[in-house]
Amino acid sequence: MAEHGVANIWRKQKSMYSIIGSKCTTCGEHYFPPRPVCPTCRRKGQLEEYQFKGLGKIHTFAVVRQAPEDFKRQVPYVVAQVELDEGARLTAQIVNIEPENVEIGMRVRSCFRKITEYGQGGIIVYGYKFEPTMKVTGHD
Amino acid sequence: MVGIIGYGVYIPRYRIKTEEIADVWGDNGPQMARGLGVFEKSVPGPDEDVATISVEAARNAIKYAGIDPRDIGAVYVGSESHPYAVKPTGTIVAEAIGCTPYLTAADYEFACKAGTAAIQTTMGLTQSKMIKIGLAIGSDTAQGRPGDALEYSAAAGGVAVLIGEDNPVATIEETLSFTTDTPDFWRREGEDFPSHGARFTGEPAYFRHVGEAAKAMLKKTDTTIDDYDYFVFHMPNGKFPVNMGKQLKVPKEKLEDSLVVRQIGNTYSGSAMMGMARILDIAKPGEKIFMVSYGSGAGSDAFVLKVEEEILKHRGEVPTVDDFIERKTYVSYAVYAKYRRKIKALG
Ligand SMILES: [Zn+2]
Repeated sequence: MAEHGVANIWRKQKSMYSIIGSKCTTCGEHYFPPRPVCPTCRRKGQLEEYQFKGLGKIHTFAVVRQAPEDFKRQVPYVVAQVELDEGARLTAQIVNIEPENVEIGMRVRSCFRKITEYGQGGIIVYGYKFEPTMKVTGHD
Repeated sequence: MVGIIGYGVYIPRYRIKTEEIADVWGDNGPQMARGLGVFEKSVPGPDEDVATISVEAARNAIKYAGIDPRDIGAVYVGSESHPYAVKPTGTIVAEAIGCTPYLTAADYEFACKAGTAAIQTTMGLTQSKMIKIGLAIGSDTAQGRPGDALEYSAAAGGVAVLIGEDNPVATIEETLSFTTDTPDFWRREGEDFPSHGARFTGEPAYFRHVGEAAKAMLKKTDTTIDDYDYFVFHMPNGKFPVNMGKQLKVPKEKLEDSLVVRQIGNTYSGSAMMGMARILDIAKPGEKIFMVSYGSGAGSDAFVLKVEEEILKHRGEVPTVDDFIERKTYVSYAVYAKYRRKIKALG
């Protein structure tokens, strides 16, 4: 049980820790998670590894009040679609803010958090979440 | 000369007031706060641990220094609350800041002085030219047994320090340690909370080690208290460093600025380093800092730092200790217990 999925987590780890996706040098499009081919340029596409700046805005969000067992200690919490400044969108939890204060269009930046853990004896999965930009994130 | 080329801190957003904890256990809150010299303490969120706090602090340190993380040749994380019993925190940090794979890493344990032990190690590695830059972190999410005196001060926070020889913002002019086998505080494998020797933690433990390390440092450098502008002593509470200062005849105003423990509690491995970071946030070039950490078990690491002109070029790049102290949200004891897993049924 504890070992289940470890290899899969490990493969995605680098991209989850630092929001590393891909950029197509042919059309300039950014992708996250990383892709093997550019869906626009197909065979003409040239993809390279790209580390996103980790800045963006909230595109849409939901407040979770009924959570699965592993997330009960965190309720209520916010899950949002974040639009990164480079254009890609991803789904992530929003932290360091009360759910009632979250707004669409709000500027956010990525932070490093514990995503989940596989029980008491299992692996701990780390990765990105987002928080509002503020003084302690080095903004405004 | 070897020194700090960058530093960064992280303190979680949540705070609990000493009075709130005292209410739960039927203690006198205001009296407890004054007695301990701790008015509120930081509490990590449910998804924060030593790895996440270390990464945030390290990312700030790299931004502050303006270095390429691939120049970091060693990562040492000092903590008594590493997320895994076996599996280093240092590798998580190294991967998240982008300095893998050509580096060495290890986790350190020495109660509250594991972070300063990491600073000493990276000093040696850079001075011997084994590595160009070393990353030393002191980070903890300390826990006290519910109802124990430690619960009032055990807090969360971390400090990351980059050690190198090129353009330090503060040179480390000298370091030495005072170490003995003293069982003042311990936690056995598998135990959730630490045990301590209660009153025994004062004189033969904290005051002896910090005091002797301080005196040895003054002797070795042939200096007196008057030669320093700021003093930092490990802060298990707000009372001990102040009493230490009195014993060594340190003027109150030279110690005052480092006493972050009053607002955030004891961040264990991050404690003395957090005080040092706050001084580095405000000190002027040419000023001298005298720091002594303390770790139960027991030992003290003493440092003499000199603030350099270079520091003026780096300020404003990353949030200060005060920025983090001021960013806060109070939680009740119930929420604190939920976040800190003191409610076992929630897993
Ligand atoms: Zn393309």
